[in-house]
Amino acid sequence: MQKEKDKKKIAKALKAAFPKTLPILAGFGFLGITYGIFMRVSGFSFVYPMLMSLLIFGGSLEFVAVSLLLSKFAPFQTLLMVLMIQARHLFYGISMLEKYKGTGWKKFYLIFGMCDESFSINYSTDVPEGVDAGWFMFFVTALDQFYWVASATIGGLLGSLITFNTEGLDFAMTALFVVIFLEQWMKDKQHMTAYIGLGMSVICLIIFGADSFLIPTMACIVVGLTLLRKPIEKRGEWK
Amino acid sequence: MTLGQQIITIAICIAGTMATRFLPFLIFSGKRPTPKYVQYLGNALPAAIFGMLVIYCLKNISFTITGSWAPQLIAIAVVVGLHLWKKNMLISVAAGTICYMLLVQFVF
Repeated sequence: MQKEKDKKKIAKALKAAFPKTLPILAGFGFLGITYGIFMRVSGFSFVYPMLMSLLIFGGSLEFVAVSLLLSKFAPFQTLLMVLMIQARHLFYGISMLEKYKGTGWKKFYLIFGMCDESFSINYSTDVPEGVDAGWFMFFVTALDQFYWVASATIGGLLGSLITFNTEGLDFAMTALFVVIFLEQWMKDKQHMTAYIGLGMSVICLIIFGADSFLIPTMACIVVGLTLLRKPIEKRGEWK
Repeated sequence: MTLGQQIITIAICIAGTMATRFLPFLIFSGKRPTPKYVQYLGNALPAAIFGMLVIYCLKNISFTITGSWAPQLIAIAVVVGLHLWKKNMLISVAAGTICYMLLVQFVF
């Protein structure tokens, strides 16, 4: 009886999570295949993109890792690079402290699989009534990872055999983030935080360039949010 | 690089990534209440981060090449317009992406 009930709960969560991940299927399908092909033409067997997408599960780092693997062995430099590229996950974690509470054993996997996309969906989606939040977030994360690993592996296996004109399909990722930004905007009672994020990113992008603006942007965001804490908290009406 | 060095390099990528993902949860483990300042950041950061991620997606845009900025900005306008109107994530993302693909493949 209890088992039957659990099964229903799990199926319900999967059903609720799947449509939320469709934009990611499009984006990851394209980017993952591109990544797999890129690995293959750089001289690596499909085992590399398959295992790396499974164990790292972070797109931008995986692309950078290709050039790391092709250059001289430099473990310390590699570690620094990894920490710089991935530092934004610290922000995701701080934002997810509450939401991931009480999810039991699933919490470990939720944190392991917390990439840009799974974080964005899991943070911004209001889980529908009657759906178990832990299982919902678990399936969002697991489906995202499944899309990513499958497409990276397919890309690695097929190499450059794909000729279908997919130019521009990767815009799905941009569109997804624009939508999530809008949803957050509509939920927030104040917009200073959104302006700080957009403004600091643009300023740092202009000053530091596309390859190294993320770290200064994150620092500026924290400084901005800290300096404006009083007015933001007052207008935000949190808790 | 030897196979061993490759494995170490990949292991560093995994360890570094997981450190950044797990650290906040390890520090604020729930045994003690999370500091007010961190709770505030948890509330205030997401809007700023989503803004950063949007700009991150657009980081390679070039304003001197029409074929670079025009399709992106047009497609984003479509996404924003549709989303404010229909409030349906799938429709907004799908229509914006199709619009962008048509623009880069046939127009620009």
